Amino acid sequence: MLGNIIILALREIRRNVLRSFLTILGIIIGVAAVITMVTVGGSATAQIQQQIASMGSNLRMVMPGKRMGPGMEAGNVLFKEEDAVAIARDVNSIAAVAPVSTRSLQAIFGNQNWTTQVTGSDNVFIVITNRAVKTGRQFTDSELRSGAAVCILGETVKKKLFGGQEAVGEKIRLQKLSCEVIGILEPKGQNTMGMDQDDVVIIPLKTLQRRVTGNQDVGVLYVSVSKNASTEKVQQELSVLMRERRHLSPSDDDNFNVMDMKEIAKMLTSTTRLLTALLSAVAAVSLLVGGIGIMNIMLVSVTERTREIGTRLAIGALEREVLLQFLIEAVVLSSLGGLLGIVLAMATSVLLTAVLNVPFIFNGPIIIIAFLFSAAVGVIFGYMPAKKAARLNPIDALRYE
Amino acid sequence: MNTSSSYQPLIRSEGAIIELSGVSKVYGQGLAAMQALSGVDLSIDAGDFVAVMGPSGSGKSTCLNIIGCLDVPTSGAHHFEGVDVGQLSRDQRALLRRHYLGFVFQGFNLLNRTSALENVELPLVYRGMSAAERHDRAQQALAAVGLKGWEKHTPGELSGGQQQRVAIARAIVTDPVVVLADEPTGNLDSARSREIMDILTELNQQHGITIVMITHEHDIAAYAKRTIHFRDGLIERDDHNGEAV
Repeated sequence: MLGNIIILALREIRRNVLRSFLTILGIIIGVAAVITMVTVGGSATAQIQQQIASMGSNLRMVMPGKRMGPGMEAGNVLFKEEDAVAIARDVNSIAAVAPVSTRSLQAIFGNQNWTTQVTGSDNVFIVITNRAVKTGRQFTDSELRSGAAVCILGETVKKKLFGGQEAVGEKIRLQKLSCEVIGILEPKGQNTMGMDQDDVVIIPLKTLQRRVTGNQDVGVLYVSVSKNASTEKVQQELSVLMRERRHLSPSDDDNFNVMDMKEIAKMLTSTTRLLTALLSAVAAVSLLVGGIGIMNIMLVSVTERTREIGTRLAIGALEREVLLQFLIEAVVLSSLGGLLGIVLAMATSVLLTAVLNVPFIFNGPIIIIAFLFSAAVGVIFGYMPAKKAARLNPIDALRYE
Repeated sequence: MNTSSSYQPLIRSEGAIIELSGVSKVYGQGLAAMQALSGVDLSIDAGDFVAVMGPSGSGKSTCLNIIGCLDVPTSGAHHFEGVDVGQLSRDQRALLRRHYLGFVFQGFNLLNRTSALENVELPLVYRGMSAAERHDRAQQALAAVGLKGWEKHTPGELSGGQQQRVAIARAIVTDPVVVLADEPTGNLDSARSREIMDILTELNQQHGITIVMITHEHDIAAYAKRTIHFRDGLIERDDHNGEAV
C-alpha cells in the first residue's frame, strides 16, 4: 500500500514539473550553500593545518619593533649575530637559533631575471624552517665563516632563471654579486598567508652583510624551541634576555616582538572555522526558508486540489492515506531538492576550491546530514498541509469550486 | 488497509440493498439549523435503477450523500446490505465506499494532466492492487465504456462525453454493488447524454449493478426503472416506470 501511495505522490509531482522545481529551489539553494560552505571551509582549514605541519615545529620569530606594531619602523634597533648566539646559550629549551637578514634583489642568469627575496642565514635556517636541499649541498662552515659567494635556490627562482636546465654549478648575479649555485631546495608551496615559500635565494649571512647591505645588522632571529618545552617560560626568558641585551629600563616597552608562527596559524585556523560556522548557519537559515516555501506551496496545492481530494475520499481513500500521500509528496519534493542541492554543491565546491587555490576535500558526513535535513524539512513542513487535506469533509470538498 | 486483503464481494441478495428508515438530516445548530431531510423511508432493491428528481434544496443530494456513505443521518437509520452505516467510523465508511460503491459526478472530477488509464486505476491503487492487475482491469473498464485506444489521453484531450465515460470506467473498475451518479449528464449535450445513459443502462441490465442517479431532466429519468421525487426533505412521489426505455 505504501508503495502505491508513493506512486500517487510521484504522479502528482510529475503533473506539476515546473511548480515542483520552483518549490524545491529554496531547498536546492539551501542544501548547496550549506555543503559548499562546509566543504570549502574544511578544505581551507585542512590546508592551513598542512601548512602548520610544513612549518618548522615550535618556530618563533624575534623581530625588531613593538609588538603588533607596523613592523620595521625607522629607528628600530636591529639585532646582531651575537644576539643569536646569546639566545642559544642563555635561554633554556632552545633547539637552534638562526640569524636572518633579507633583501629583495634581482637575480640574473643569462638573459633571465627575477626579483626575489635574498635571505642571508645559515644551514640552521634551512633545517628549522623545515626545508631541505633537494639537489646539490648545504653551505660548508668555511663558506659561512668567510662569506663565500655561494647560494641555494628555491624551486620558483630556479624555474624562473633556469627553466628545466641544470642549475647547480652555474653562476647567477645578485645585484653586483656573482655567486655560484650549490644547491636547490625541496619545493614547499605557499605559506599560511598565501606567500610562495619557494621564491627564495639563500646565501651565507656574512655574504649578505659584507657584499650587499654593508653592515652587521640582522633583521630577524628564527628561534626553534625544543619539543615539550613550556611555551610561556621560553617566551619569558627570551623577553628578559632581549630586554637586557637591548638595555631597556623596566619602564620601557619592548622594542622587539616574538612571533609564534604556530600560534598565528592556529588563530587563522580558528578564524576560518568560525567563518565557516557562521556562513553555514546563514545557509542553514535559507534551508529553513526553503522549508517554509514547501509548506506554502503544499497549502496552496491542497486548496487547489480540494475537489480532487474530495474525489479521492469518495472513492474510498482513508484519512491516513491522504495524509501520507501529501506528506510523501512533500518529502519526495524536499529530498529531490536535497539531491539536486548536493549535485550543485559538489560543482560549486570543486570550482571554488580551484579558484581559492585550496585542495578539494570531499566531506561525506555533511552531505548525508544535509540530505537527511532536507528530508526532515519535508516531513516537518509537509505535515500541516497534509493534515489539512486529510481532514477535509468529502461532501464539502466535492462541492468546492 | 488490512481490510483490502480480506475483501470479499457481498452476496447480492434479492431483497433491499439500501434501506433508509425515518432518516432526518439537520445541518447547523440552533437558529441557523437547516432541515435537509425530515424522516425519509426508502428501500432500494439490488439490481434496481433509480432516478432521483426534485427541485434544488429538496434534499435529493443529501439523500444521495447518505446512500453513498459520505454522510450519516442526524436521526433514523441507514442500512447498507444490513450494515448500520450510522454506527461506522469515518474510515470504516471509506472502506465501505472503496469496496462496494462507485461514484459518477456531474463535473466528472477526473485528475487533470493524468492519463485516462491512471484515472481509472485510482480506486484500485487504494485497494493495494498490483500494477499489472490494475492495468488490466482499468483497460477492461475503459473498453467497457467504449474508450479502447484512448488510455493515454489526459482529460484535457478528451471531450466532455469521453471524460464522463472515463469517470464511469473509474466507478465500475472496482466491480461495485451500487453506482451513485449525481447529475451524470448535467454538463453534456443530448447526444452525449444518450451515450452515457446507454452505458449506465447496460451496466444495470448486463452486470446487475444497482444505480441511483440524480437528474433534473425527465427524459434522462425515463431510462430508470423507478423515479423518486423529493420535495421539502420528503419523498413526494415514487413511480415505478416498469421496463426501462
